[in-house]
Amino acid sequence: MKFGVALKSALEALRANPMRSFLTMLGIMIGVASVMAMMAISEGAARQVDAQISSLGANNLSVRPGADRRGGRSSGAGGRTPFTDGDIEDLRSEPYALAVSGRINGSGTVVAGETNWSTSIYGVNADYFISQAWEAQEGRILEDREITSGQASAVIGVTIADTLFEGSSALGQKIRVNNVPLTVVGVLEKKGQSNFGSDRDDVVIIPIVTARNRVLGGNRTVRNYVSDISVSVTPGYDMALAQDELEERLRVIRKIRPGKSDDFRVFNIADFIRARSSTQATFGILLAFTAAVSLIVGGVGVMNIMLVSVTERTREIGLRMAIGARKQDILGQFLFEALGLCLIGGIIGSGLGVGAARLASKLGDFPVTISPTIALVSIGASVLIGLFFGFFPARRAAQLNPIEALRHD
Amino acid sequence: MSMQTDLQSTPLISCRDVTKTYVMGTQKVHALKGVDLTFQRGEMTSIMGPSGSGKSTLMNLIGALDVPTSGDLEINGKNLANLKSNDLADLRNETIGFVFQQFNLLGRSSALTNVKLPLRYSRKPLANIEARAAECLEMVGLGDRMDHRPMQLSGGQQQRVAIARALAGSPSILLADEPTGALDTKTSEDIMDLLTGLSKQGITVIIVTHEHEVAEYAARKIHFRDGEIERDERSTS
Repeated sequence: MKFGVALKSALEALRANPMRSFLTMLGIMIGVASVMAMMAISEGAARQVDAQISSLGANNLSVRPGADRRGGRSSGAGGRTPFTDGDIEDLRSEPYALAVSGRINGSGTVVAGETNWSTSIYGVNADYFISQAWEAQEGRILEDREITSGQASAVIGVTIADTLFEGSSALGQKIRVNNVPLTVVGVLEKKGQSNFGSDRDDVVIIPIVTARNRVLGGNRTVRNYVSDISVSVTPGYDMALAQDELEERLRVIRKIRPGKSDDFRVFNIADFIRARSSTQATFGILLAFTAAVSLIVGGVGVMNIMLVSVTERTREIGLRMAIGARKQDILGQFLFEALGLCLIGGIIGSGLGVGAARLASKLGDFPVTISPTIALVSIGASVLIGLFFGFFPARRAAQLNPIEALRHD
Repeated sequence: MSMQTDLQSTPLISCRDVTKTYVMGTQKVHALKGVDLTFQRGEMTSIMGPSGSGKSTLMNLIGALDVPTSGDLEINGKNLANLKSNDLADLRNETIGFVFQQFNLLGRSSALTNVKLPLRYSRKPLANIEARAAECLEMVGLGDRMDHRPMQLSGGQQQRVAIARALAGSPSILLADEPTGALDTKTSEDIMDLLTGLSKQGITVIIVTHEHEVAEYAARKIHFRDGEIERDERSTS
């Protein structure tokens, strides 16, 4: 094929009917724009899930006492005998345990000056900040010694800092939590919404010992209790294996005889989020499929116009053949014409797609991710559409009999 | 050396018992019924005959747009029956120039671009397409109209552009199918003078026409009837 003449003839044909070319491209533009917007939105959703998982602190296994079932009545999760500081110490010697954090949680009223605020109160050990990958944006996190000695220190979430100390620094300020005076030593980094929609920055975190002794109160039956434990698994260690070993170890600690069922639950929150997000992924695939259908409809439009173009220019095709164009020269010319429509449509469409994704993100308040890969995939798809739907009309042109084509009017 | 003499002694175009049969539905149409003809280099021939006499079919065969049903058709010593689609295209590009009644120019392109078209399809390495096309337009007397589009030219000028396009690839054969059919008498004479001049330069010119005045320009006149040669006469001038 003579590349130059085929390309030039194709471009001339596109310029000759600007309105028709534009309308044909419009189908491709809409198709590519919607494919691109859908991909950007589902990619954004996937990134959000990843971000949620990593904000939980990667590779964490949560441990809670099981639900207490007696006489057909469930007392709810955590009803069985709580864990204790001793259990935490015990789990620290496990080979996969990078950090073992313990927490008790409750709620209370925080008062600073004239303002009071109802919030969640966590009593934690030092490993909590490691397993949650949570650092202070101002001041510092709680230190091991102030946790074990039960100091009256607190670190607060951004929401609390904003609510109680609007504008001024929270560091060194006195707050009262359930009437216990505490000193703010740090403000934690913003965590945002939890996977369940609650504000994870609306929290006051204090030493676990302080919580048990003074703020939230202890457990009536168990000394040094913790309401939940989170085990951070060493990176590289197989999560499923770690979970099995952890369950095995907990059965020993809690003296559960073989054949008896566990009185605790171990779960991997990351798995839970992934399972939940698979519904979103299915939905995303469905949307992308719809978008792809519109791209194909655009391709059919291109094929339609190309057939019209071939019929209109039958005499011209005959002439080109008479003066020495080979079949593949004619094929190339019309294929380039279809490709030109789709490529230009695809490039403009991907621009529109970026705009649509941004607009959707702004209106619907969800994240979108626009990567060059998505743009390349969208434009590539439109090129494939051009090749696919352009081939049939182009072949029809190339197969014309020059004598009949020259007689055509 | 012997090659050279061979080329000169053998005719440029030779038809031996050429037939062409079209199948139209269930009917067979015998457009050519065994035609024997030869054309020498530089010969100017007119072909006449009523519609359906087979003259257009012969033109299409000589123009390598179609192949005979039976018989041998050789151009420049090459038997067309042995050529594939691409070879036929190359033969048309390099050896044959077409001139049509309706000019068949690309309406959106300038005269120069129209003349360049066959050169752009050429597989031979060409030094300067632009210069060659301009040279051909000069040859037909349109050196000052190169940038005009067909719409801006008269019928005679358009046919000159078409002739320039046919000449661009330096063909040995020029096939003109009713070249004056769409032109007035005065313009027809100009075009026929141009074609006569080209045959004197060594190009084999074959003209299909209905008009006797046009046919008179050619030294050789072939009359077709019912797919056969009725008369093949040479005027001695």
